[in-house]
Amino acid sequence: MRTRSEIIGAVDKPVLLIYLLLVLLGWINIYAANYSVDYPSIFDTSREYGMQFLWICIGLAFGVGLLMFSGEFFRKNAILIYGGVLLLLIAVLIFGREVNGAKSWFGVGGFGIQPSEFAKMATALVIAAYLSDINMKVKGLKELLITILLIGIPSVLILLQPDAGTLLVFIGFLLVMYREGLIGNIIFLGIGLVFVTITTLFFIKTEWTLAEGLVVNSGWIISLLIIGLGVLAFSFVKRFILPRFRKQNIRGLIIIVISSLITVGAITLIYQSDSILKPHHKTRIDVLFGHMEDPSGAGYNVTQSKTAIGSGGLLGKGFLQGVLTKYKYVPMQSTDFIFCTVGEEWGFIGSSAVLILFLALLLRIIHLAENQRSAFTRVYSYAVASIIFMHVLINVGMAIGLAPVIGIPLPFFSYGGSSFLSFTAMMFILLRLDSERLEVFR
Amino acid sequence: MNLKDRRLLVIVLFMLITLVFIARLFQLQVLDPEWKVKAAQITERSVTKYPSRGVIFDREGRLLVGNIAVYDLMVVPREIEDLDTLALSRLLSVDVDEMKSRLKNASDYSTFKPTAIAKQIPSDEYVNISEVIGDYKGFYTQVRSMRSYPDSLAAHALGYISEVSPGRMEKDSYYRLGDYIGASGVEAIYEDAVRGEKGVEIMLVDVHNNVRGKFEGGRYDSSSVSGRNLTSSLDIELQKFGEALMRNKRGSIVAIEPATGEILAMVNNPAYDPNLLVGRVRSSNYGVLLSDALKPLFNRALQAKYPPGSTFKLVNALIGLQLGAVTTETYHSCRSGYYFGSRRLGCHSHASPLKLDYSIITSCNGYYCNVFKDIIELGETAEEGYKVWSEYVSRFGIGSKLHTDMTGEVEGLLPGVSYYDRFYGSGRWKAHTIISLAIGQGELGVTPMQMANMCATIANRGWYYTPHIIKEIDGRPLTDSTYTVKHETGIDRKNYDIVIDAMEQVIIRGTGRGVKYDDTAICGKTGTAQNPHGKDHSIFIAFAPKDDPKIAIAVYVENVGFGSTWAAPITSLMIEKFLTGETTRPAVEKRMLEADLMHAH
Ligand SMILES: [Zn+2]
Repeated sequence: MRTRSEIIGAVDKPVLLIYLLLVLLGWINIYAANYSVDYPSIFDTSREYGMQFLWICIGLAFGVGLLMFSGEFFRKNAILIYGGVLLLLIAVLIFGREVNGAKSWFGVGGFGIQPSEFAKMATALVIAAYLSDINMKVKGLKELLITILLIGIPSVLILLQPDAGTLLVFIGFLLVMYREGLIGNIIFLGIGLVFVTITTLFFIKTEWTLAEGLVVNSGWIISLLIIGLGVLAFSFVKRFILPRFRKQNIRGLIIIVISSLITVGAITLIYQSDSILKPHHKTRIDVLFGHMEDPSGAGYNVTQSKTAIGSGGLLGKGFLQGVLTKYKYVPMQSTDFIFCTVGEEWGFIGSSAVLILFLALLLRIIHLAENQRSAFTRVYSYAVASIIFMHVLINVGMAIGLAPVIGIPLPFFSYGGSSFLSFTAMMFILLRLDSERLEVFR
Repeated sequence: MNLKDRRLLVIVLFMLITLVFIARLFQLQVLDPEWKVKAAQITERSVTKYPSRGVIFDREGRLLVGNIAVYDLMVVPREIEDLDTLALSRLLSVDVDEMKSRLKNASDYSTFKPTAIAKQIPSDEYVNISEVIGDYKGFYTQVRSMRSYPDSLAAHALGYISEVSPGRMEKDSYYRLGDYIGASGVEAIYEDAVRGEKGVEIMLVDVHNNVRGKFEGGRYDSSSVSGRNLTSSLDIELQKFGEALMRNKRGSIVAIEPATGEILAMVNNPAYDPNLLVGRVRSSNYGVLLSDALKPLFNRALQAKYPPGSTFKLVNALIGLQLGAVTTETYHSCRSGYYFGSRRLGCHSHASPLKLDYSIITSCNGYYCNVFKDIIELGETAEEGYKVWSEYVSRFGIGSKLHTDMTGEVEGLLPGVSYYDRFYGSGRWKAHTIISLAIGQGELGVTPMQMANMCATIANRGWYYTPHIIKEIDGRPLTDSTYTVKHETGIDRKNYDIVIDAMEQVIIRGTGRGVKYDDTAICGKTGTAQNPHGKDHSIFIAFAPKDDPKIAIAVYVENVGFGSTWAAPITSLMIEKFLTGETTRPAVEKRMLEADLMHAH
């Protein structure tokens, strides 16, 4: 057994640092979003920011506690943790408290616990354990089905609550399955093309003035972007991929770029053609992608959110100066719409910095994952990255009007004990597993 | 394929999404100004702080035009809750359909900005409204001010205020829809001085529309600056007396302080109460006044052109003396008129032949036909002579706008050479053709203001300041050169002395005998303006005291015949009132006050 200080010394510093930075920024922004002159102390536990501080303390203690367990403990007990969480998910459907029409909470004294938040971590552990345990060279249909089942059971239970947001996060496990060879490039390409389609539809009405008199449709900009990224990826392949795999990769790259370009063109043509799309279909698309005000008025939240972020400008209005968030124009501003506070008070610079921090975290986790000798750690790390990615994608996408309104927390940022504890546990298990990198020779 | 390489696509996906999000943030936060505008719209509420309009005092510091508080009922449509439209319309005494349409207009304009739903509610009605308006969510009252005229005087001179026109708003960004602006008279001319400066207070409101503080700590707030107060040259007591004297008569009185050009009184009748043209009732009252057959909106003092009649003989005497066409020793005979060719311009019977002084005292027509003919014939041609004559006449302020500080002034008429050339043909007219100018008839058109100014010019022995009704802004004298530069006539002082001596005799033993009230030396002249439409207009001009003139006055009474019957006694009473502060002839005064010369016809 290693000592506590040895373990803490061995954890990956960049991940820990980014994690702590995000937690701190989250806390500050919760404070700003709820600031009131009557309760100026950030430690005041009658306010959300004081509570968040409490959760941070509990979470860090819990996380450091998790570092004391060995990686083997998590691998061996993954199925137990998974089973326990499944039981909780079933129990919450029966005994849970209904909040906003969803039975997703257990009331424990004054605190609430949301089992679905822990289901993500448990599922990450169990598929990591499963995919590393069987130690297979060829992953066949049976393994694919079992993996889908392991992801599917909690998904269905969460769907019954119903909690669409958390369910969407489970789609992120496709990335893990892809990386582990359970699904092929074709499926990944499909996902990619869905993103291309969505992006095209979002910007379909945006025109860009490149120069005086030169106004182009967004389709061209997106196409240029795809070609640019293709060229970027090409230079990546040339530099980092072993020569014998290059040809294969470059072929794949060309397929991706060409099919993306075809998608952009096809979507643009279909959208603009009056014969293919019926007017009411077009209306539905326009509402979904914000080209038209939702006649039902559901666009209100997004409009307020975009107004808050957009009014932040380049440099933001400054700490505690976010009028729209401070004066409650933005709904759910410490949970689902916490990014508005960042956008309004810290501007383009601040909100981009937060996104880049998340990107850095994700890239670092992928980097760590690929350096593991333990397949368990690798799969788990990928799962964690995918979960965080899906959260950022949906939460920030919603706040800036690029994703539908689905309530889901921004990792480490949003107010809420369950979500914070779950992400913290996820991160500290990852740190613990990674710190064993040099010990594992399996 | 090596599974390890699949990381690249995952990495590309992460980077791609981050890039798309940052691009989107750039669009929202940096490129697109719409969100900043929208944020300001929903969180900031600017409250305009209206300045109080400058008030106007008379020359003795008595309030001529004041302000009283009225109230606008404002509505913020999105704050309305459970509105009982019927009860609200009853409260405001407005038709329920009208109320519905006003509410609809307000929400069409903006759901979160306040709109006035009822304007200028007088304070007696406001009392009832203020008791219950707290129960109407989304409504509040805002105090505004409205003009008030304590003595209901000088409506034409002071003018009125109305809502600003779209055209004016375009030219001057100070004005917003629904603002008030001086539309005529002194209110229009001195708009920039009396309007003051609006202030603004930008408040931050939360999502429930509660005020949460000042925008940027009040950095962009400004307080309103009250308009500057004006001091009018009018004398309220004299004005009031003049308006009383002119009641039930058609005509005008203008009195000027000769040394300064300050207008002491400017009376028109028919007139109207200026209090009719303020507040909510303004436009309906305006319509009534506009269609009134008596034309109460007509500003006679500045807009009515009358022939000056015999008063104009003074000007011809002065020009004749200056040019040497006549001297104090020049005799002309008059046998009940002036004969030229086969025609005669009639005169009344008097001693003949006669000299210049007596020609003024008895107002002899024949004498001035000779003087005028001699003036015109000083030129090589009639045109040349006429040009010199009309140049002198114009220096009395006749034939062009005086540029007083009131609106609507007309030029009057002093025909140029081309006028007669067009009429008779060039070179085909001579002094006899236009001989009626000799006695102030014919084509001449002079307003009462120009007539009073002519009288003031004679009183000053040869110069005048442009008549004006405002003498001070915020206690400081006017600096506008229009009112501070002397206009000279170019006629020698000694010639004025000759004419003025005769004018004094007019009062002592001539046509103006009724004017004298004590031993104050008054100089005057009667006149009768021929009226082709009916009975002649009675005119009298005078100034007093002779050696230190304090008042120069012109009185017109329409359709009542000879000048000394009505205009002279009114002139006398006005001079006495102004110089002594009282009147001592109750019988004359009563007769003048009670005479109804307007409805008898
Ligand atoms: Zn005569």
